[in-house]
Amino acid sequence: MNDYVIEMLNITKTFPGIKANDNITLQLRRGEIHALLGENGAGKSTLMSVLFGLYQPDEGVIKKDGKTVTINNPNDANDLHIGMVHQHFKLVEVFSVLDNIILGAEDTKAGFLKKKEARKKVMALSDKYGLKVDPDAIIEDISVGMQQRVEILKMLYRDNDILILDEPTAVLTPQEIDELMGIMREFAKEGKSILFITHKLNEIMAVADRCTVLRKGKYMGTVDIKDTTKEELSRMMVGRNVSFTVEKKDKLAKNVVLEVRNVTVPSKLHKHDAVRNVSFEVRAGEIVCLAGIEGNGQTEFVQALTGLEKMSDGRIKLSGRDITRASIRQRALAGVSHIPEDRHKHGLVLDYTLEENLVLQRYFEPKFQHGGFIDKKAVREYADKLIDEYDIRSGQGPVTMARSMSGGNQQKAIIGREIDRGTPLLIAVQPTRGLDVGAIEYIHKQLVRVRDAGCAVLLVSLELDEVMNVSDRILVMYEGELVGEFDPKYATVQELGLYMAGARRQSRFGGKEEEEYDDE
Amino acid sequence: MNKRRIASGLQMLLSALVCILVGLVIGFLVLTVLSYTSLAAAGQPFTMGDVITQAYNSGFKQLLMGGFYLAPRAVRNEIALTAPLIMTGLSVGFAFKTGLFNIGAAGQYAVGAFGGLLFSLVFKLPWYLCLVGAALFGALWGAIPGIFKAYLNINEVITSIMFNWIGLYAVNTLTYMGGNSPMYNLKTTKTWPVAAVSPQSAIPDLGTTYFKKPATIAIFLAVAVALILYVVLNKTTFGYELKACGYSKTAAKYAGINEKRNIVLSMTISGALAGFGAGLYYLSGVAEWQPLVSTVLPGMGFDGISVALLASSNPLGIIFSALFISHISTGGGMMNAGMFPPEIADVISGVIIYLCAFMMLFRTALSKLFTRKKGKGGNE
Repeated sequence: MNDYVIEMLNITKTFPGIKANDNITLQLRRGEIHALLGENGAGKSTLMSVLFGLYQPDEGVIKKDGKTVTINNPNDANDLHIGMVHQHFKLVEVFSVLDNIILGAEDTKAGFLKKKEARKKVMALSDKYGLKVDPDAIIEDISVGMQQRVEILKMLYRDNDILILDEPTAVLTPQEIDELMGIMREFAKEGKSILFITHKLNEIMAVADRCTVLRKGKYMGTVDIKDTTKEELSRMMVGRNVSFTVEKKDKLAKNVVLEVRNVTVPSKLHKHDAVRNVSFEVRAGEIVCLAGIEGNGQTEFVQALTGLEKMSDGRIKLSGRDITRASIRQRALAGVSHIPEDRHKHGLVLDYTLEENLVLQRYFEPKFQHGGFIDKKAVREYADKLIDEYDIRSGQGPVTMARSMSGGNQQKAIIGREIDRGTPLLIAVQPTRGLDVGAIEYIHKQLVRVRDAGCAVLLVSLELDEVMNVSDRILVMYEGELVGEFDPKYATVQELGLYMAGARRQSRFGGKEEEEYDDE
Repeated sequence: MNKRRIASGLQMLLSALVCILVGLVIGFLVLTVLSYTSLAAAGQPFTMGDVITQAYNSGFKQLLMGGFYLAPRAVRNEIALTAPLIMTGLSVGFAFKTGLFNIGAAGQYAVGAFGGLLFSLVFKLPWYLCLVGAALFGALWGAIPGIFKAYLNINEVITSIMFNWIGLYAVNTLTYMGGNSPMYNLKTTKTWPVAAVSPQSAIPDLGTTYFKKPATIAIFLAVAVALILYVVLNKTTFGYELKACGYSKTAAKYAGINEKRNIVLSMTISGALAGFGAGLYYLSGVAEWQPLVSTVLPGMGFDGISVALLASSNPLGIIFSALFISHISTGGGMMNAGMFPPEIADVISGVIIYLCAFMMLFRTALSKLFTRKKGKGGNE
């Protein structure tokens, strides 16, 4: 009757106090790549959970090949040949690739696994689509890119022909992204349908046929990619014009604020060092970006820098003062602000109120306590000031539980708290992770503002767009070592990608490549 | 802010009351069953009414009335029991607030008792110094598991359980010493009564004749400590740090809070509270330590867990939950022992604690069930 494989018609799903999906329609054609675009909290995850049977919709129907179906749990979804690669992979770390692929869909004979047949099938699929994997490798030993290929093979092994990919490019290098897009096109050509969840407009423009946009739980429409532009998509998603480039003046780098010499940090996961012999400087008034693919030592480096973990070798100087042996508190007082990578684990005490969290780094200052007793009035006044200045929105203002706030506002609270300390060094680790375009724009502006005010900023980011737009200088980290230094004005994303993947290394970092950038 | 606080406080109080009510109902059912079997065993004809009347008159009534069943003497006992129970409740609750499970309150209580007896019977110091001594000994016994936890990452539950037994038998040995201990009275096979050996070491009398027997100011001291703890936890930077460690160790570390030091401090204070409780009990002259028969850990330590759970670790709530627990256990001791074992009181408090723990599960399960039904309804 029609060429839609999956139709989600007029889906409404309400949670206490919030309409997560309000009359949303999503129609997926056979053999198309369909992008699902929306800011955080726009209802993408809820919609997918409805499709997967994790939630039941309050209203609306789901049709497969024109017939109404009820999906009560993920097994039902699997029976309808719907498969999904989650943003955070669902793999058993200590199992082999093959075991992970067949897990949950094991063929058995008299209670024994038929692994030989399974291996044959997996290898056939792997050859057919160029999804290279080693079936006997253990998941924890292989790269993130290969883990993703395992996830895709999992879907293919189950004969899924509706493939949902949730933010699949977040963990890949530009080259790997190109490869993935090639594979996606291959699938589409074969008649498989792909639902591609993302907030990266470039990728949608590059690979998708159509795009459905959600905003705040509402359906904004579905557009053909060939008839639209990046700007129009972002307007549909955010509801206003968004600037993609960060406006900033040329840097005025002054005195050295942070000096890192030969820092080596042991790894907690394996025998090798997570960070090896890293040396660089950050000057007042510049944003230095530490780029690299996730898991190449950035996290460990920052933890050593802030004192959360111990380093085995090297020195750290802040404004000329040696802080190698200083405690976390001493470093903070010496002038290190830290926007941590994991806002739930480190950035906030989730069961404290917003105001209690806003003084997390300064509750002990004379301004906020007298003789050990917290001055609640001073705390409240300070919280009100930050809430106002940084536009932190929450249900009950300063007394809102941090846990109940949205991700973007939690991040704003952390950023406000750290920036307001006015320290000479600001370390920001993936400050925009998981945030929507509007919030990202805001945070980038703040970073540039503190730079212009003379603060030295060390930005750790996995997003190449962010790296190129915000930073004044780029350092690429690969397997715990620095492999290249770039000026964003002259570097390209493709070039950075080669360094991030370890394919190249500049001579001053012990490689063969010519220096392409000289620090004045 | 205050409105919100009061609302959530009311909610907690309400759920605690519901738990208590259900616990009492179940307790009554158990009594009814026991009453039935005892009547059936007597071989006389009886009706269901007899069963229930007997269950009420010889069991449930005592339970409900607690110490007031034999007022005023038993009321004095109930209050004397409440004071140390508040302290062990605070001990467990305080550790909970910092994210630690101090199951070692019993051992800290025993060692605290020894401290109190040592300072009173041997050194004959004034009562307030004896109390400090009891707290110091308890603190030492709490600090050790704390140090193990903080610096060697050994689970505090395991160490404090072991320290319970080490503490108990060490105290038994030291108070007895083959009958040669200066604290030991060979005639009564107990330690000497504090008031007789060193009058200045006994906690001062309340000065009321209502109870017909001396009653001390111990309960007021316990309440005062609860108030102090409430202030410490809610108004000071120290409390802010401790709670931050309890809620999120990683975030506390990020903020430069020395979480290792705070773990040790928290366990030390927790132990001091339990030890202080033991001091309140043994320096009040309610009972003496019996080194030869004390082969079970003081129940006071474990009842402290119930008390803290029932009050959601709120120091002010602990005052009332301790009163309640000591009320029903005093009552349990006065039931007709031929028919009903006094442990019925423990059954009831056990049921209540379970209910409290399940209360949250119930809540989420119910709301889930509700939304699921609603979702299915929407499908049709």
